[in-house]
Amino acid sequence: MADAPLLELRDISKRFPGVLANDHVDFDLRHGEVHALLGENGAGKSTLMNILYGLYTPDEGQILLNGTEIDLGSTKAAIEHGIGMVHQHFMLIPVMTVAENIVLATEPRRAGVLLDYDAARRRVRELSERYGLAVDPDARIDRITVGQQQRVEILKALYRGADVLILDEPTAVLTPQEAKELFEILRSLKSQGKSIVFISHKLNEVIEIADRITVMRRGVVVETVPARGATEEGLARMMVGREVLLRVDKKPAEPAEPLLEVEDVVVVDDRGLEAVRGVSFQVRAGEIVGIAGVDANGQSELIDAIAGLRHVKSGRIRVAGRDLTNGSARTAIDTGIGHIPEDRHRRGLVLPFTLTENLALHAYRVPPNSRRGFLNPGAMLARARRLLQVFDVRGGTPTTPAYALSGGNQQKVVLAREIDGDPKMLIAAQPTRGLDVGAIEFVHRRLVEQRDAGRAVLLVSLELEEILSLSDRILVMYEGRIVGEFPPSATEEELGFAMTGGRRGGAEAA
Amino acid sequence: MSDELLAEEFEEAPPPGGPPQPQQHFASRFRGLTGAVAPLVTVVIAFLAGGLVVLVTGKNPVKVYHAVFNGTGLNWFFHIGSYHARIPFSTHKMWFPWNTASIAAGNLQQTLLLTTAIILCGLAVAFPFRCGMFNIGGQGQYLVGTYVAVWLGSSFVNLDPFVHVLLCVVAGSLLGAVWAGIAGLLKATVGAHEVISTIMLNWTAVWVGEYLFGQGGPLQGSNKSVPISNDIAAGAKLPVFWGLALLQGLSIGIFIALAVLVVYWLIINRTTLGFEVRAVGFNPEAARYGGISVARNYFLAMAIAGSFAGLAGALDITGWEYNLGQNDIPVNQIGFIGLAAALLGRNTAIGVGLSGLLFGALINGTSGRQLDPSIFRPDLAGNLTTIIQGLVILFVGLNLGAIWASIRRRRRRAT
Repeated sequence: MADAPLLELRDISKRFPGVLANDHVDFDLRHGEVHALLGENGAGKSTLMNILYGLYTPDEGQILLNGTEIDLGSTKAAIEHGIGMVHQHFMLIPVMTVAENIVLATEPRRAGVLLDYDAARRRVRELSERYGLAVDPDARIDRITVGQQQRVEILKALYRGADVLILDEPTAVLTPQEAKELFEILRSLKSQGKSIVFISHKLNEVIEIADRITVMRRGVVVETVPARGATEEGLARMMVGREVLLRVDKKPAEPAEPLLEVEDVVVVDDRGLEAVRGVSFQVRAGEIVGIAGVDANGQSELIDAIAGLRHVKSGRIRVAGRDLTNGSARTAIDTGIGHIPEDRHRRGLVLPFTLTENLALHAYRVPPNSRRGFLNPGAMLARARRLLQVFDVRGGTPTTPAYALSGGNQQKVVLAREIDGDPKMLIAAQPTRGLDVGAIEFVHRRLVEQRDAGRAVLLVSLELEEILSLSDRILVMYEGRIVGEFPPSATEEELGFAMTGGRRGGAEAA
Repeated sequence: MSDELLAEEFEEAPPPGGPPQPQQHFASRFRGLTGAVAPLVTVVIAFLAGGLVVLVTGKNPVKVYHAVFNGTGLNWFFHIGSYHARIPFSTHKMWFPWNTASIAAGNLQQTLLLTTAIILCGLAVAFPFRCGMFNIGGQGQYLVGTYVAVWLGSSFVNLDPFVHVLLCVVAGSLLGAVWAGIAGLLKATVGAHEVISTIMLNWTAVWVGEYLFGQGGPLQGSNKSVPISNDIAAGAKLPVFWGLALLQGLSIGIFIALAVLVVYWLIINRTTLGFEVRAVGFNPEAARYGGISVARNYFLAMAIAGSFAGLAGALDITGWEYNLGQNDIPVNQIGFIGLAAALLGRNTAIGVGLSGLLFGALINGTSGRQLDPSIFRPDLAGNLTTIIQGLVILFVGLNLGAIWASIRRRRRRAT
């Protein structure tokens, strides 16, 4: 009985203009299992699940529930068949309470028109106790954490009677701690007979939580394997279709003269509070210095100060011997700072601009891209053609707007622009956020190349794995201070302890 | 099939290795097409709705629109024959396929005079729009342009004619730039919202004009019984190349407006300033990161826009109005019509040019002077213009494209 599929998708095809998003895909889900759907961005995972949730109609194929074919013309039909979905971006009303959001559209009523809030609260409490999803029914959505909002989404699906839960990249928005809690919840749901589809592109996660793993690539299912015995390397190979180096291959660093010198810098954030409280460090030519830390411990403000986007309250910043303290962004660029910003949509790209224009975001003002205030479209185009080819940007031509590219290719555009400016030092802030395995490998290789070319690289990342595999030296930032320096041989535990303020200085550990 | 819309809803990006280039070429071409289709549909719907209003009054909309069309003078192009026309600025005559002295020709001159000002006021909205700002102050910037042109034009009567008219026009633009520059500066330095400050500057301009041209005001003319300025000197008048200056013939202002359209296109698309303005307009934070001064561009975009509107005012005075009365000031709406033209023309050079002609024609065609009272009451006809203009703004605001996408989505779900 355990092996009889609860739900079966047979031979599903879905075509979008120019793209075969799902190409004769088979997928099945058993009672009480977590089935992970793994694949790079654009592999067709979300399309398949949107078909299962009734958002898209497949061009071909059947969907069977308990062996009988069902027709999912709408999300309403999917919900009636016990299928619930938690989207990556939550569908909650911020100003309403948890209980109100959960019962929305099927609310218990009094006198036909009035919301029976007590009944709603009671039912929400029952549900949250039964499945171990702790939430306060009376809390307003905009006052609770993202992790709690996700629980509300799960409760909403359960309230509507879901036996099958589809979770679309649920850990993308969570902190590591919240992700652990989510996994506990999923295990509890599983033990109570719920079946879960877990969409992800994070390898370690799916091995941890799933019973079976289906890997998709370019619209087809590559293989379905049991999670027990699966390795990250093996899954990565299936996802990308070739060997992927999960660990960065690099020579020992040969640091030379210091290119970035930060001395006792204090920076205030937008609220006027001191976010960086007296930070000093150097980055030398030919080394990668990684700054590890939990989000919002002053890293962003520190980068902004170096890149000329935020004034310092006190202290000095020198790049290649030149004093850049409180200089403008333009001076920083002209002095030779390349900056891969942490948010490529907010800062790194002008999304409606074409790739040509985005690649020229700094260089538009210098010859040959412009002369005496007049742009030279031919030169800009030629430059864009060259960079798109060198950096292997796919899915667009020089005239494609940046928003039309996938995240990985957008990041390649940013990388191309910053590296082509021939910087003396490169700031890489969360350079692989939201990217899939193949793109991460590409970005990492480029950063090491920059180091080997004699540039100073300052890497800021929330991913410890990334810090550990790329850095030649690791600084840990906690509450606006650098609380320790570690060699790349440090363990995640050591770093993690320092990141939460456990210890001042790694030297004691040595 | 609406491929572009489907592609937009396609939540996953195309496969990184896939070759989606041909489709993207198609999509971008399609997008260019919808760029023109939506405004056209908007206009058609507005005219149909206007026709409905005519129908309610018991008149025949087809007849009324035909009469309006004849009133615009655009019918002039359809009467091809063999005529002789005077070569502008000479006494020689040459053969010409159109009758340059017909009634339709006179109507067309009127339409093009209005078009001149609407295009320039439209650009005054379009330019800041590309920088992420909404300039509601075209009206005030236009007005200060007219004031300075009247003042300089009616003083300095002994100036060399070329210098005199140039002085009026340049000074009009400059004062318009200063007027809008105030709003730009406030936005750039203290973040005052340009919508609020330009609206206030509109009223400031109106009341300054009420004082200047009012009874006993410094620019009231020699006839102290009426609050109207003196005429500007002959040397301060723009050359009229078609029709008679006495009957408000067409001055070379229209060519200046067309040239400014080209200049606008050039600045936006072919200069580093335009690059910066567009970057700031789309994403100020990314522009700042790129080393672009956001504040400087806010100021410059507003000042340049103001110079366009101020130029419109100066051209109207030196081109056909020649004087300004106190009563003309509060009733003038040309800046706001320019706003509608910019919205309909989607802030592109060609779009503003075409919608400038449309609104110019509409206003002229429905004016009491042009429309035959037996076909439609001219006082109602003027309202017809307002109705169509209002519907256009409403529909542009509604964003027909988005509505269409939503209808399609629903239909697709239903299948």
